[in-house]
Amino acid sequence: MERSISPASVRKTLLVRTDTATAFHAFAHRMHAWSPPSHSLTGSRTDIVIEPRIGGRWYETGEGGAEADWGRVLAWEPPHRMVLAWQLNANFSFDPELTTEVEVRFESAGTGLTRVDFEHRNIERFGAVAPDIFKSLDGDDGWGGSLPMFADLFSNEGGQ
Amino acid sequence: MTYDNNLVFKALSDPSRRSIVERLAARPMTVRQITDGMSISQPAVSQHLDQLKRAGLVRVEGRGASNVYSIDPQGLGVVRAWLDRYWSQALGNYAKLFEPEGK
Repeated sequence: MERSISPASVRKTLLVRTDTATAFHAFAHRMHAWSPPSHSLTGSRTDIVIEPRIGGRWYETGEGGAEADWGRVLAWEPPHRMVLAWQLNANFSFDPELTTEVEVRFESAGTGLTRVDFEHRNIERFGAVAPDIFKSLDGDDGWGGSLPMFADLFSNEGGQ
Repeated sequence: MTYDNNLVFKALSDPSRRSIVERLAARPMTVRQITDGMSISQPAVSQHLDQLKRAGLVRVEGRGASNVYSIDPQGLGVVRAWLDRYWSQALGNYAKLFEPEGK
């Protein structure tokens, strides 16, 4: 009897001190400023760009004109909602076959306040990653192993 | 079932539990089989297994001494924990963009 384990979406709700248009804009166009700098495909991240339309690219730029895809835009409804396709796999590299969805909703919560509802779903689509993960637990490379995401998970004592 | 990020994180922060997970990644085992290649007692192994179970990283079939433990075959608990952590940091930074200076 094989029981499968399907992970719940990652959900976050936050209240930010600005109007919905500014909140939406900052999410989409200032991502480089708030996305943890440790996460970079180019190794020299200079910006993260989301092209503001359905089908638009979501990518980072690096030094020397390098570009690396993160995913693409699935829904674009400023200033209330966007859905992005996150296409980075468990090795934190782009996989055109992988599509997981990041949906963000922005709703006014009074003057100068915006409620942001965030969801990253379809985590089960990451597929079977266990063998690699468990190989890297205590191998020669210690916590790093071949999985950047895994190293990151343990990079700070105690977590959040 | 669902995963609790903090439980996964805590479960994998201990070397004995990591060692148990690695052993189970090779093949499903009973508590006794797990304990046979380790330098800790069977009750200690059982306690570790309880924590790993609560974190959603291992599961159990059968009953009593014949309990067979195996790992979450896809490792998705770890992936989810990583994403949860990543977005917590990212959205925390994002919210700070709108806070007054010095806060």
